[in-house]
Amino acid sequence: MKILVCVKRVVDANVKISVKADGSGVELANLKMAMNPFDEIAVEEAVRLRESGKADEGVAVSLGINACQETLRTALAMGLDRAVLVESDAELQPLAVAKLLAEVVRREEPDLVIMGKQAIDDDNNQTGQMLAALLGWGQGTFASQLVVSDGEIEVTREIDGGLETLAMQLPAVVTADLRLNEPRYVKLPNIMKAKKKPLDVIAAADMGVDIQPRLTTLKVEEPAVRSGGVKVADVAELVEKLRNEARVI
Amino acid sequence: MPIYTPPVRDMLFAYFELNGGEAIRQMPGYEQLDRETLTSILEEAGRFVSERLLPLNRSGDEAGCNWNEGRVTTPEGFKAAYDEFIQAGWNSIAFDTDYGGQGLPKSLHMLVDEMICACNLSFSLYPGLTNGAWTALEDYADTELKALYFPKMAEGVWSGTMCLTEPHSGSDLGLMRTRAEHQEDGSYRISGTKIFITAGEHDLTENIIHLVLARTTDAPAGIKGISLFLVPKILPDAQGGLGEINSLSCGAIEHKMGIKASATCVLNFDGAKGWLVGEVNKGMRAMFKMMNTERLATGIQGLGIAEAAYQNAVAYAQERLQGRSPKGAQQPDTPADPLIVHPDIRRMLLTMRALTEGCRALSVWVAQQIDIAARSPDVVERREAEGLVALLTPVVKAFFTDCGFEVANLGMQVFGGHGYIREQGMEQLVRDARIGQIYEGANGVQAMDLVGRKLPLADGTLIERFLLPLKEFLQLTEGDASIAEFTTPLAAAGERLESAAKTLLQRAGDDPLESGAGAADFLQLFGLTALALMWARMALIGLRKCDEEEPLFYEAKVRTARFFMLRILPRSEAHYRAIMAGGDCMIDFDDRAW
Repeated sequence: MKILVCVKRVVDANVKISVKADGSGVELANLKMAMNPFDEIAVEEAVRLRESGKADEGVAVSLGINACQETLRTALAMGLDRAVLVESDAELQPLAVAKLLAEVVRREEPDLVIMGKQAIDDDNNQTGQMLAALLGWGQGTFASQLVVSDGEIEVTREIDGGLETLAMQLPAVVTADLRLNEPRYVKLPNIMKAKKKPLDVIAAADMGVDIQPRLTTLKVEEPAVRSGGVKVADVAELVEKLRNEARVI
Repeated sequence: MPIYTPPVRDMLFAYFELNGGEAIRQMPGYEQLDRETLTSILEEAGRFVSERLLPLNRSGDEAGCNWNEGRVTTPEGFKAAYDEFIQAGWNSIAFDTDYGGQGLPKSLHMLVDEMICACNLSFSLYPGLTNGAWTALEDYADTELKALYFPKMAEGVWSGTMCLTEPHSGSDLGLMRTRAEHQEDGSYRISGTKIFITAGEHDLTENIIHLVLARTTDAPAGIKGISLFLVPKILPDAQGGLGEINSLSCGAIEHKMGIKASATCVLNFDGAKGWLVGEVNKGMRAMFKMMNTERLATGIQGLGIAEAAYQNAVAYAQERLQGRSPKGAQQPDTPADPLIVHPDIRRMLLTMRALTEGCRALSVWVAQQIDIAARSPDVVERREAEGLVALLTPVVKAFFTDCGFEVANLGMQVFGGHGYIREQGMEQLVRDARIGQIYEGANGVQAMDLVGRKLPLADGTLIERFLLPLKEFLQLTEGDASIAEFTTPLAAAGERLESAAKTLLQRAGDDPLESGAGAADFLQLFGLTALALMWARMALIGLRKCDEEEPLFYEAKVRTARFFMLRILPRSEAHYRAIMAGGDCMIDFDDRAW
């Protein structure tokens, strides 16, 4: 079985971000970047499948600027075999990413695609779903458990009501949720070994895919500062405030 | 719980931009060490130590180690963390690849070490002592011994110790009494008591390899009669695995002010079987090379603690609201301003920052010189590097550990009353830092080594190894008005250092007590001057780069350098005057009046 793992380079989870003065976006210059934590979980799952012998090749793919190679090297250091960078300096929205990944899938022909359920910078939670739809494959999203058997998988999904387990044929797309596994710490010898593993760069422009953004960001602002709560005398006053001040009923 | 963000950016700056990281990459075996690789290594190491070792620092301090009938257990979680640590290869960074080590330069190892020490100083001592033992064995143990012991030490399943101190013999090793009796089969039987042995007994590894200093029968008295022996806790069997238990035991562990999770042991050797390392009566020579790296490593302990104290003090000062700025409320919407508006707080934080970053910059310079001394193909370059290392390692050990204690105390001070409370973790940093000034050669002894042994070398010219780069930098920047605020005080400090060195050398000829009288001040003067050179060089880079990229980072270098020159370097003037005043005023004190 061949696995394709999609990883995104995002702002490190511990970094405090701030909004640009003109409200056009988040200030990203010189911030520490890291692999999207949910993608780490996806990489870990793929590496475990390699180690158990269920998969015989694990390929990491990332899309974006040249610096994404660092993220791919981390995936290689965790234990994947090869990496591919689809290079582009343009803004890549989830639909564009899904289309590019679909093209990568056509070229790589994996049996299973795993990625994090969402990226912690934009929290879109769309790419995996769109990719499955473009490919006409089954999708097991929000996976907290993945069992692989011959040509088929069982995915336990975290849903609002609890847990749901689905079975589906391969090839399929799985998106990883928090409880799927705990990613390993990278070992020093593997960091050095990762430098020798193949990392290919292909230009997004050469993929024959329309990556034009479909959405325009109008404004970005920080959430409103929490103001103090107010004590009400009785339910009548509560209803009155909800109707006339908060305007939610 | 204390925070720690691995200072990877500053480490990369010190390694590649300020010092010769590219030159290190040119050396055989180090070709892979470009900036990208170093970034990966430092980030992954930083991640491991801050996520796995930092949480154990407080709990380890509260629990301490436990001694029961000769067995010592480390605090909960240490064993699991140690296993992950060695599986990830962090223990054998600089060990020879021939034996399973990672074969990476000392200068990279020291950066990772700084992070380990910042997160959990007690933990760092277990792999740290193995490193020390390895370094002593590296040059003097024969191939057979190495083949038997090195692979498992590199793997981390056998750890090491250094057994020097005895109850009556610490700074004065010449007084030691442990005996080694030659046996027919070529081995020795070692008998005696060693104390203050870090990691002497514990539950992290299946075997412990003790390096023991002892006297053979008929050895001359004093330092010249000491030999070095390898004495394993468990003797290897014919296959190189674990055989019989050797006749040595841990009599007790100490209850200490700090590094409480480090097992500090009394070891009783009872005719224990051991093997000679190097030549008879040449035990101290085998220790000297190890001493350089151990001094640097101990200095790094001080640096790690300082960085941890600094980060936490800054975070606290940014959040804690007390009082209003003397200029008027800076945050009128909140009941008070954050501590960081107050000048005295800023003084403390900048002092912590200037000392910490300055020491880091210097540590990388010295560590890279160690790599050059070991691996440069150019014999002249090697010799010069060795000279600089010999000169600077006592400074690094003493100055950095003094800084570590000073910065830890400042950090605690910033926290106010909360700094005194154990849960906050600040007072632990002070307690943990204190030992650095004492062990591995007490700081007073380091100062004596610097003035009594190092200054006179090469006809009194060894100090040129440091003064030359200083003067070269001044020549390079001569006439540059933009850098004058840094080079002028640097030049003055350099002159004071040179003058003090000359005076001490002259006086040593007339009065044997004068060196000791001036040593401590001279070491401080040296440390401050070395940091001044680092800060002037950092300021130059900062001035050049702050318009191009990362303005915040490079401007901060310039401003911290300014603070150092104006508010910290003046200490060197006081030390200079003290040295020049001579030692009579302390010798001429009636001993009956104490």
